[in-house]
Amino acid sequence: MGASLARAAQWTSVAGSGKGKLELSPMNEKLLNDIIKFIESFSDKHPEEAKYVFKEALTWETSLTSSSFGGGYDIGASQITSQDKDSNGVALLEMDKGTLKVRTLEQAANVIKMAKEKSINEVRMCLEENRDPLVKILGPAFATVDTEDSTVIRMVEKNKTEATEESSLLLRLLLIIQQMDMRLLNSCMQEISKQVRLTPAAVNADVALLQSFAGDSPNTPLKNIQFTSRHVFSNDCRALPWRQVHGDICYVIVDPHDGDSFCVTASTYGCFVNGGFNEEKQEVDFEKKSEVYKDLVTLLREKSNKFAENISKKEFSSHQETQRETDKDTIMTSEQSVENEKEEDSKTEKQMKKQKDTGKKGKAAKDGKKTMKPSLKWKSLEDSRKNEKEETKKKKKRKVFEQIEFKVGVNRYRIQSRKTPQDEEDMSESSDDSEEEEEVQDRRQDAGSDLPSEYWQIQKLVKYLKGGNQTATIIALCSMRDFNLAQETCQLAIRDVGGLEVLINLLDTDENKCKIGSLKILKEISRNVQIRRAIADLGGLQTMVKILQSRNKDLKCLAAETIANVAKFRRARRTVRQHGGIKKLVALLECPPNSTDVSKDVEVARSGALALWSCSKSTKNKHAIRRAGAIPMLAKLLKSPHEEMLIPVVGTLQECASEPSYRLAIRTEGMIEDLVTNLKSSNSELQMHCAAAIFKCAEDGATRDLVREYGGLDPLVSLLPQSDDKELLAAATGAIWKCAISAQNVARFQELKAIEQLVGLLNDQPEDVLVNVVGALGECAQEPANRLVIRKAGGIPSLVHLLTGTNQALLVNVTKAVGACATEPENMSIIDKLDGVRLLWSLLKNQNPEVQASAAWAVCPCIENARDAGEMVRSFVGGLELIVSLLKSSDLEVLASVCAAIANIAKDEENLAVITDHGVVPMLARLASTGNDKLRRHLAEAIARCCTWGNNRVSFGREGAVAPLVGYLRSEDKQVHRSTAQALYQLSRDPDNCITMHENGVVKMLLNMVGSSDNALQEAAAGCIGNIRRLALANEKARYA
Amino acid sequence: MSKKNQKLAEELYKTSCQKHFTKTEVESLIICYKNLLEGLKMDRNLFRDILHQKFNMTEDLLMDRVFRAFDKDSDSYISLTEWVEGLSVFLRGTLDEKMEYTFTVFDLNGDGYISREEMFQMLKTCLVKQPTEEDPDEGIKDLVEIALKKMDHDHDSRLSKKDFKDAVLIEPLLLEAFGKCLPDEKSSEIFEYHVLGVKQCRG
Repeated sequence: MGASLARAAQWTSVAGSGKGKLELSPMNEKLLNDIIKFIESFSDKHPEEAKYVFKEALTWETSLTSSSFGGGYDIGASQITSQDKDSNGVALLEMDKGTLKVRTLEQAANVIKMAKEKSINEVRMCLEENRDPLVKILGPAFATVDTEDSTVIRMVEKNKTEATEESSLLLRLLLIIQQMDMRLLNSCMQEISKQVRLTPAAVNADVALLQSFAGDSPNTPLKNIQFTSRHVFSNDCRALPWRQVHGDICYVIVDPHDGDSFCVTASTYGCFVNGGFNEEKQEVDFEKKSEVYKDLVTLLREKSNKFAENISKKEFSSHQETQRETDKDTIMTSEQSVENEKEEDSKTEKQMKKQKDTGKKGKAAKDGKKTMKPSLKWKSLEDSRKNEKEETKKKKKRKVFEQIEFKVGVNRYRIQSRKTPQDEEDMSESSDDSEEEEEVQDRRQDAGSDLPSEYWQIQKLVKYLKGGNQTATIIALCSMRDFNLAQETCQLAIRDVGGLEVLINLLDTDENKCKIGSLKILKEISRNVQIRRAIADLGGLQTMVKILQSRNKDLKCLAAETIANVAKFRRARRTVRQHGGIKKLVALLECPPNSTDVSKDVEVARSGALALWSCSKSTKNKHAIRRAGAIPMLAKLLKSPHEEMLIPVVGTLQECASEPSYRLAIRTEGMIEDLVTNLKSSNSELQMHCAAAIFKCAEDGATRDLVREYGGLDPLVSLLPQSDDKELLAAATGAIWKCAISAQNVARFQELKAIEQLVGLLNDQPEDVLVNVVGALGECAQEPANRLVIRKAGGIPSLVHLLTGTNQALLVNVTKAVGACATEPENMSIIDKLDGVRLLWSLLKNQNPEVQASAAWAVCPCIENARDAGEMVRSFVGGLELIVSLLKSSDLEVLASVCAAIANIAKDEENLAVITDHGVVPMLARLASTGNDKLRRHLAEAIARCCTWGNNRVSFGREGAVAPLVGYLRSEDKQVHRSTAQALYQLSRDPDNCITMHENGVVKMLLNMVGSSDNALQEAAAGCIGNIRRLALANEKARYA
Repeated sequence: MSKKNQKLAEELYKTSCQKHFTKTEVESLIICYKNLLEGLKMDRNLFRDILHQKFNMTEDLLMDRVFRAFDKDSDSYISLTEWVEGLSVFLRGTLDEKMEYTFTVFDLNGDGYISREEMFQMLKTCLVKQPTEEDPDEGIKDLVEIALKKMDHDHDSRLSKKDFKDAVLIEPLLLEAFGKCLPDEKSSEIFEYHVLGVKQCRG
């Protein structure tokens, strides 16, 4: 009991400093309860020992009153004594004015019984008064000591020699109490083991882990998590030292998906939400605002439902990623074999069914028909593609990990070098950053290893920079420029010897010469990715942005050019924006009209445009550039005769043209004309940027017309033969693709024989080019004459071959082009010969809904134009099942395209039978409630076709498809009317459907449509009305007959 | 008084070889010269005070050299003509004029070459002395070598005027390679504003 009380019990004051209080903690409560139980049962179990009189009474202030005492006690006015006395006649229990003295365990048990619910309080008081009860019970010889305790052994020894009644009693009591002590300690251990104290390392690891999960996408556990402070003390804590005394380790700001962000204190005894973090003052309100949780994850689970929900998924995905991947592979193979078996089965089944069907209808043509061999080729194709994709996915994942590692590295570097407030990655930044440079490995040269001689020379120069006046600085700077600054060794040497800090500090001085010298070096070395990051980390961007306002034009130029180099990554671009850099850069674009030094002004404007070009890779910067009024200025500069000026200007425009507002501005500011003019430039880089700008802008119909009007199509086509410059080719073909959306432009392309040239580009080109070439061909092939041209130029085999690719954007375009070509029967026969339909069909399995939809659209003309289409479709094992299952898609375009495909498939009766078996009717019926006109049109078509089989008509009625169909007639779209009327006509052959239609007021609407100029609609509407009328007549007849 | 100045200015404007100041500006310079003199002659000390106060120059050696460069007839006084002509290069000189001027300043003994020793003289004070270093002049010597390597194109261990000019044309920052002997933009702007009434141009 002594040991457990001394060690396990949580005392409020430090042990050994006299009287302390027992805290009311769960552990102490458990301890006290155990002691109460022990004492209560003691006199029953060990009656003799219970009567053992203590060496000294246990004394404490009691809360018991005289009324609690019953029989066996002499109750006086202020004194209560027990009737039991010891051998000397002293009462075993005495109470005097609230002070209780107990001398046996039996009496102690009595007290506990009397105190009832207050017993725990009594024991607590008792123990607080008597820190080591054993001393009082057994005598001072038994004081609890931390070192080896030999009292028991001594007792046993003593007992052997002089075995008295008393000493053996004492020994037994001691042993019992020690046993009890052991039990107490054990149970305490269990308690303690549950409460693991947090360490800085554990918190850091938690936060790092969560950071790697955090993100904007809704399936991440939380948006963001970060420390309030970047500074880490030597003991790994981030909290201020005076808070560390309170156990605080660090403070973490959490931004959950649901609810506002909050600040969490991580302390050694757990995590809790505090009063919040004041960003301006960098202060934390330390007050505890929530319960204490054992760690960060537990807290987040409690505070954010979304976190709890996502983390359960995430946890798995991160820890078992690798393992799962291998699992998946094995599962896949086993699945495949199962599938194969299944297919074998269903194949025979289907054949049997087919026989049955044909037999039923009495068609004897079965033997005469050529049966196509079922094949699994298209399936395996898709599988191989999937494997490939998995490979790339794995690679990507690995890359991501590397990136994370790198980021951690950078963070560390940043902390070491300087504390910069609020430079965490801002996730809201534009996602379309084309060439992000995240993959950089931080190569630091170890001192002492073989360093190039430049290293030492540069170190010396940096020393002069640090310790010299302006003159020495300038000599050192000029000398430093003599090194090959394009070489990485020199760049990193400057950084590693601390030169960057000095160079950036120089920018803060008043000496223009020093600033110029420093910027000249920074401009060169900032071509290095690591240097860029280091410059940004050291706060160089802020200073350079300030320099942009300088009156010295050389300085402005150099600063802007350096910014252009540094702002190649996202954080730097944000820094430039946040420090007002965009406005200042835009101001550089202005060439004063009556300037004395024109060439300098052009130089300044050019450097400004260069910097804006770099900055314009972030969406927010694009907006900022526009708001700063850059567009008219860029438009003016676009008319500049200087080529070196035009490239950054067009580059910026091209980059910004991803925003609709810019596209509009480019058109309305009359920049298209200049872009077209510059297409004819002799500089291929300029041509490339112009073509890319047109590529982006030509999404807009009016722009496409302008390009044609200014004669831009000719130079675009003339760029096609330059197949060496792939970037230029990609931009030019992209521009042609977008321009070809307008039919008039297609006509011009025809005249320029562009299609033949495009077909020539279908082979041996990188994917970027292919996507655009195929896109352009797809658009051109909308014109019937061009389909012939494509065939004649031998483009169809190449296109079909591209169907085996994996690039999603390419697949979308290829399927569209193939689909367009397939509308020509002669083309179709080539596609058929090349197994193109099978390839298309296999693309229905692609994960990308765009590819699915595009493939399904392409399948439609194929079925329409192929000979023996029904048989061909049947030969794709599982193909019909697949296309029906696509009706479960949530993508409207996929649904519309699949409905169109089903309408075509259903033309073949046998296939209609098969898809009916696959449950096409209820699936179509479920889609009937859609409001999308495109889907309505094709859905109605599919329903009309499917009605012709068995009792599908009745099924559609039963599935509730009829009433919504009637509603389609109220649509604005004429084509919806036609297909709906046809569907209604088919459905009206079932009397029940007629009733439903009539109830939904179909007659009046159909009557209007009978007057339509569309013959098919007229006919269908009239037929439907006829059916309804006939039913009514029959009804009357039956009633009156 | 002012009429006299006008006359003087006209005369000076005609006779002196400067071409950067207008007639009125010359007149302002004359007024400024007279105000500074307060009836005395402009000797070395007064000129050094002006350099120090108006143009932030601090180095004794170079201020002396600047005085010598202004004092073309070497009579230890700066005459009015020397004042105007000197300031013409000082404030508004072309690069070529400035190169001539700075070379004269840096060529301490006037032998047409800047020698190692001269460089050492001029750079002596430009490094913070590190008490830990054994040879406190080592850094200076090294700087001299660096400068020589950078500028001595004909490798004769000294800078001829041609060496100097070639180096400055390649790297304009080297114009004041061995010390500040031209006003910085800010102080020259302020001087022009106060003395000549030239508006500070923004931007």
